[in-house]
Amino acid sequence: MSISSIAFSNEIRKAVLKMVFEANASHIGGALSMTDLLAVLYSEILNINPKNPLDESRDRFLLSKGHACTGLYAALALKGFFDLKELDSYSKNGSMLLSHTNHKAPGVELSTGSLGHALPVACGIALAAKRKNKAFKTYCLLSDGELDEGSNWEAILFAPQHRLNNLIAIVDYNKIQSFGLVKEVLDLDPLNRKFESFNWNVIEIDGHNHDQIFEAFGKAKANLIKPSVIIAHTVKGKGVDFMENKLLWHYKSPSLEQYRQALEQLNSQ
Amino acid sequence: MKKFTYTEKKDTRSGFGAGLLDIGKKNPNVVALCADLTGSLKMDAFEKEFPERFIQCGIAEANMIGVAAGLTIGGKIPFTGTFANFSTGRVYDQIRQSVAYSNKNVKICASHAGLTLGEDGATHQILEDIGLMKMLPGMTVICPCDYNQTKAATIALEKHVGPAYLRFGRPAVPNFTDAATPFEIGKAQILTEGKDVSIFATGHLVWKAIEACEILEAKGISCELINIHTIKPLDEKAILASVRKTKCVVTAEEHQRNGGLGDSIAQLLSKEFPVPIEMVAVNDSFGESGTPSELMTKYGIDTPNVVSAVEKVLMRK
Ligand SMILES: [Mg+2]
Repeated sequence: MSISSIAFSNEIRKAVLKMVFEANASHIGGALSMTDLLAVLYSEILNINPKNPLDESRDRFLLSKGHACTGLYAALALKGFFDLKELDSYSKNGSMLLSHTNHKAPGVELSTGSLGHALPVACGIALAAKRKNKAFKTYCLLSDGELDEGSNWEAILFAPQHRLNNLIAIVDYNKIQSFGLVKEVLDLDPLNRKFESFNWNVIEIDGHNHDQIFEAFGKAKANLIKPSVIIAHTVKGKGVDFMENKLLWHYKSPSLEQYRQALEQLNSQ
Repeated sequence: MKKFTYTEKKDTRSGFGAGLLDIGKKNPNVVALCADLTGSLKMDAFEKEFPERFIQCGIAEANMIGVAAGLTIGGKIPFTGTFANFSTGRVYDQIRQSVAYSNKNVKICASHAGLTLGEDGATHQILEDIGLMKMLPGMTVICPCDYNQTKAATIALEKHVGPAYLRFGRPAVPNFTDAATPFEIGKAQILTEGKDVSIFATGHLVWKAIEACEILEAKGISCELINIHTIKPLDEKAILASVRKTKCVVTAEEHQRNGGLGDSIAQLLSKEFPVPIEMVAVNDSFGESGTPSELMTKYGIDTPNVVSAVEKVLMRK
């Protein structure tokens, strides 16, 4: 890696901010909360090749919270899957970068947007890998809010039944969903015990601490018996102080002044 | 008209089970998924022969569709099996986003479609599945008419690339098509030629339409009967060629009138060659418990309904 994961996460944040501002788009809070997870995944963990994005032996990464696509698009462009200039087309007519995660962009494994879809697909990929004796891992990043969807719990039942020890789910547990606190809308607590009782290997971390994130993936990969879930405690809007932990920034787009202010903060990090 | 005979009645779902076993033997990439209805879908033989390629998903259809989409990597061809109701309506969003939009080579195989599942009643008798599936861009929709044809259609799907929906049913029905006839997806099957009216039928209604043609022949009416086993893509060429000759149409299906085969044909003809049409289909209603034959009579999709639809459309010609 040419840049450390922390510097990489800062580059992702700046690109996310620019995309959301210029497109007058939503969902910046949830993109910033998962940025550190993406930064470690794409700089240290995933076995992928931007020059050969469809290499059969690659690790698979599926973003289930499709609305947070700006983070993924930024990470992929910064890694060289496509030209950084493409990010300027985000959400515009004719762009491959639709405002929900789209498989037309190189490096994107699955279109997502409607919630609760990617974990079942990840189970299918992980199962195919096991049946074919392929060594690659399948990663799936979910939001906390989308764990309301029953389809996820079908997959959470399915994965241990089929001994998918090559599947690693990550929950971006930022405690806020579309229009309220997770606790108030549909409480997930105790999330760790829920996964444990479904026979998953549970790892709980601070989702902004890169050392912890890195170690968590190591532990998950080392578990040869169960599927693993990394419950990453995160802060919605992480990195921009006036966006942090604010429900408002699930949908709001920054004004020019807010954009400049946010960029200044990110430039000084 | 040509005479149609059969030696036995067989259920179309068994045709699916036999076809699946056949392609399983031929192609190691064929995998099967089931939502705890292995016996009902006649997938037991495949499960027994290829346990490593059979994936029991439990009663969790949304996950099953997603797993199937994921399994397509590396050229695997997943066939999912459950009742038509749970294969479509229950998991429509999963099919739309993770199969159709993502263009995954998943074959959604659905049994117990329509009224003829009988006693289980309205909750299970889906009459909207063809409409739901044909609306999805890129989705192929197939509804074969008997055991032999369902087996042949299942076999044909192994070579077909892209998302597809295969609809079949529960009861034993006349097995009259020739087992040796290969199944060509998207190609209408002309069963008998005639000059007065074109009858386009699909699924279980094909045999009913044959019975109707025989009754009508005795009354001096010459029917052209075409089996539309592939509802999408529709064989427009064959349909138009027939209608240009007969100049009136009856459609027949075990489905809601809204969104079914008749709907597709009316859309085509209103644009290309408008003629009088009568549709034999369920008229904006849910089903109920009863024997298949009682229900077909009660909901107006039996042989006499095809006969009277033909008589009516001839008056309008
Ligand atoms: Mg959240």
